[in-house]
Amino acid sequence: MRNAFADEMTKLAQQDSRVVLLSGDIGNKLFDKFKAVDERRFYNCGVAEANMMGVAAGMALSGLRPVVYTITPFTTTRCFEQIRVDACYHKAPVVIVGTGSGLSYAELGPTHHSLEDMAILRTLPGMRVMAPCDPAELRLALQAAMHEDGPVYIRIGKKGEPAIHPQAPNLKIGKAIVVREGTDVALLSAGTIMPEVLKAADLLKAQGISAEVVSFHTIKPLDVAYLAAASKRVKLVATIEEHGLIGGLGSAVAEWRAAANAATPLICFGTPDEFMHEVGSQEYARAKYGLTSENIAVRVRAALSKT
Amino acid sequence: MGSCLSCVDILTALYFAVLRIDPANPRDATRDRFILSKGHGAPALFQVLAKRGFYPESMLDTYGQDGGVFAEHPPTPDHLAGIEAATGSLGHGLPMGLGMALAGRIQHQAYNVYAVLSDGECNEGSVWEAAMLAAAQRVSNLCIVIDFNKWQATGRSREVMALDPLADKWRAFGWNAIEVDGHDMTALLNVLQQHPAKDGRPTAIIAHTIKGKGVSFMEDDNNWHYRIPTADEVIKAKQELGVPA
Repeated sequence: MRNAFADEMTKLAQQDSRVVLLSGDIGNKLFDKFKAVDERRFYNCGVAEANMMGVAAGMALSGLRPVVYTITPFTTTRCFEQIRVDACYHKAPVVIVGTGSGLSYAELGPTHHSLEDMAILRTLPGMRVMAPCDPAELRLALQAAMHEDGPVYIRIGKKGEPAIHPQAPNLKIGKAIVVREGTDVALLSAGTIMPEVLKAADLLKAQGISAEVVSFHTIKPLDVAYLAAASKRVKLVATIEEHGLIGGLGSAVAEWRAAANAATPLICFGTPDEFMHEVGSQEYARAKYGLTSENIAVRVRAALSKT
Repeated sequence: MGSCLSCVDILTALYFAVLRIDPANPRDATRDRFILSKGHGAPALFQVLAKRGFYPESMLDTYGQDGGVFAEHPPTPDHLAGIEAATGSLGHGLPMGLGMALAGRIQHQAYNVYAVLSDGECNEGSVWEAAMLAAAQRVSNLCIVIDFNKWQATGRSREVMALDPLADKWRAFGWNAIEVDGHDMTALLNVLQQHPAKDGRPTAIIAHTIKGKGVSFMEDDNNWHYRIPTADEVIKAKQELGVPA
């Protein structure tokens, strides 16, 4: 996803002279092609994220289209007040990109995990929150963000994420994409956990359960039209995200469900209310927190048996 | 009141002798930008913007009224002509101003960006983050004025944090730092005209000021960081300032 981000940024910079890239001292060499387009539109802002966010807002208020890029905790929780005041309060069209989201950097420890970012950014007035599932969705999310009149947050993975969509989907901010149709359960997925969700759908299919798989690449604004329609069709809704159970996609869907008085049961997959104190790979961390195709299939089947 | 009176001379110098602005065209792309980074001085800025013609002075009569825009801190640019950034949380104005200054460079616009900071505001780490990036990028179209009134909300600014030597700190961070009496209009205009520095460094003017300047019973009394004057005190203050009752 990192390479797709750098490549798409280079294309956007070629097309639009307002596009500026700000990096928090990461991506050495990654942005060489961007710099070759126009060195004056790339800023290494150093390890100083609060200032970087303020600088981006100042640029956006001056007619530019800044994209801020660093590791997710540092471009979200580290500088939350700058996002709130400088970007959101001013409705400044800043695009904030967090790389290595969720448990991508599991082995680096909780300082580098991001399991709260969607939750806190979702609270900010006017902020759009996106979690594309593959490089194609990321490119389309970036393109769409350039046409927004306010701030957009995009959380991405690291590298090597597989392509989910055989061809580029039609991506609109706030409109979920049905990846696979189904009739028994709707598996709503945010971000790069999607391959596990598709595998879970395969496991369920082998057991005679038809699972719809949906990319909720936008968790704010939430696609309530999809939710309203799906909750009438399926017997169970499940949310899956590499993010805490507090405040992310699962919470957003639960808020909708309560407000809409929807009767369809909901189960949520995400990380619990704790920091991970042992080291391990992303696969290890996902398994620890039940974010595997096997666990998703087992819990979905059990929940369906009660409906 | 104290915080407004310490910076109003600086705002007057900027708005009436330095800033290239057109109140009839407040969003002109080529305009100079001004940010009151110490947002709690907004009542002074509101007066200066009205006097400069951004909106009728009569609008100021709505100050503090429910549903209005004039209160403790500046609203966003979309809600009041002449405002470039909604401040109030300290340490935000300089980074935003730096972004505007860099935008001028990117867009080949020759405008300058000015910001007034408070000495207490220099407690904020984001101020020094911005200081280092501005120096690294040699952002010569950025000029800050620090309203150095020696007080912050609860004490002497040099005692709460190790602020001194303030001018040397800015020099060490790569800025062209100049000290001046922030209430001497001739001296203020002289140092403001020294911006931009020929060597590409951003400018930091350390303006020595007095909190509550011009009102005998407010001067250098930090109670006036928060206090609201009584009706009698307003009359007395106006007399001392030579303002018609």
